[in-house]
Amino acid sequence: MGKVIVVTSGKGGVGKTTSTAALGAALAQRGERVAVVDFDVGLRNLDLVMGAERRVVYDLVNVIQGDAKLPQALIRDKRVETLFLLPASQTRDKDNLTPEGVERVIGELKEHFDWIICDSPAGIERGATLAMRHADVAVVVTNPEVSSVRDSDRIIGLLDSKTVKAESGERMEKHLLLTRFDQARAERGDMLKVEDVLEILSIPLLGIIPESMDVLRASNLGAPVTVADSRSAPAMAYFEAARRLAGETLPVTVPGEKRASGGLLSKIFSRRAA
Amino acid sequence: MKMVTVLTDARSIRIKGRSFLAVVLSPDLPLDHWLTRLDDLAARSAGFFFGRPVVLDVTDLPINRDELKGLVTALAERNVSIMGIEGARPSLIGPGMPPALKGGRPASDVEVANAAPSIEVRSAAAETAEPEEPAMVEVSGEVRSTPQSLIIREPVRSGQSVIFTEGDVTVIGSVASGAEIIAGGSVHIYGTLRGRAMAGAIGNASAQIFCRKLEAELLAIDGVYKMADDMAPGLRGQAVQLWLDGDAIMAEKLS
Ligand SMILES: Nc1ncnc2c1ncn2[C@@H]1O[C@H](COP(=O)(O)OP(=O)(O)O)[C@@H](O)[C@H]1O
Ligand SMILES: [Mg+2]
Repeated sequence: MGKVIVVTSGKGGVGKTTSTAALGAALAQRGERVAVVDFDVGLRNLDLVMGAERRVVYDLVNVIQGDAKLPQALIRDKRVETLFLLPASQTRDKDNLTPEGVERVIGELKEHFDWIICDSPAGIERGATLAMRHADVAVVVTNPEVSSVRDSDRIIGLLDSKTVKAESGERMEKHLLLTRFDQARAERGDMLKVEDVLEILSIPLLGIIPESMDVLRASNLGAPVTVADSRSAPAMAYFEAARRLAGETLPVTVPGEKRASGGLLSKIFSRRAA
Repeated sequence: MKMVTVLTDARSIRIKGRSFLAVVLSPDLPLDHWLTRLDDLAARSAGFFFGRPVVLDVTDLPINRDELKGLVTALAERNVSIMGIEGARPSLIGPGMPPALKGGRPASDVEVANAAPSIEVRSAAAETAEPEEPAMVEVSGEVRSTPQSLIIREPVRSGQSVIFTEGDVTVIGSVASGAEIIAGGSVHIYGTLRGRAMAGAIGNASAQIFCRKLEAELLAIDGVYKMADDMAPGLRGQAVQLWLDGDAIMAEKLS
């Protein structure tokens, strides 16, 4: 049975879709079967980042409403053969996502894939709560700024109360993915420090993705950054994050802190999952 | 560890907006009209009064002993059991009546939230939270309630609201910006307090707030409150205790 990951944040524009595609492609390049699922109904863009927009025939809503079978809607990536996309609909509205429908589709995906990665819409409404509902693991995407951190905190609260896991008394595994980390701004003190974000959110760190033009370039090419330019700094950071998701223990590279102070790293690793 | 959604049936009576819980009833005349309004309120928030200590405030209410007794009976029929009566002349309270209460503060602008507020308390907390039985009353003119404690061993996240009127709330972790703790007793935060903390929320001027690091958005004790901007800048980021002196919130660093 596959593992369901939700990539979530509360706030928009922080890098959820970018991260879903990059992590999905990174895991698939390990040979594991991965389905990335776009829950951003009405605002689809995972297909764009994956370069599959012209191949969309059926979508998540079609499958939920029984207009199409799951295999008809899944789009196989042209570069990584174990990577699949279940796209969102651009024309329908979110009300077409029913809890029962989502449960059925996720259940079916779990039988065929090792990883199911759900790209959550922004906000804390229906779309976001349905995307997290059946997750086993949450990747909380946060930018090092106050409003993003606060929204993430809110989302963590929902992960701990509104998910099937939480409702059945289990603990949701949560990881922090700090994205759009800007070295220069960090040095000027214009952004929250990594330690401060960790202190506020108190969940373990999955990785730090630098702000980089490589991400934009990849998205213009229609490829996840881990496929478009696997040697780039953001790609390497995503590969490391994917290895941690798959259970490996690796030290986190903090951009700019080449030999990150023992203090920070030991803090990160001694921190218990909240 | 799981989260439970509702600690007690917490559709709450609130004073002045969202921040202050009150379990004080202040009837007015004619009583039958007041009772009709109460029934309407109870219909909208079923079970709110059940098992809760409720104080009846009859300050300045021109009623006699029999009328008061009738009122208490009428409330009992509605499953509202009165734990004490405030503001009544001693002669009004006869045998078999709830005891007189002193030291409470009159409530104002009582308002019932229409929808159930989302109250999320972690299960570790919930176990300790459920009081074994309703607060005890000794019929001696003095009220004694069994003090209760709610201990939360995880961070309280933005958007979460912990309401515990039965006693003290202790959080072993931080309280996020946009989260709130409302306690009948004192509030203890072994972490950073970034959100709101309200101690003595149903009237308790001796309740205090303690935190390891003060970054609060709002602090209140016994209905007296202080916003972030009113706090002395020297206290930010410090371990602080706060208490009430008359109508002023006092604060001091914990050394
Ligand atoms: N590490 C990064 N460096 C530079 N730009 C980024 C990075 N991550 C995301 N972006 C850009 O930020 C914008 C929002 O990203 P997206 O993944 O769509 O966020 P979300 O799905 O959270 O709304 C996009 O234009 C994307 O290319
Ligand atoms: Mg997106």
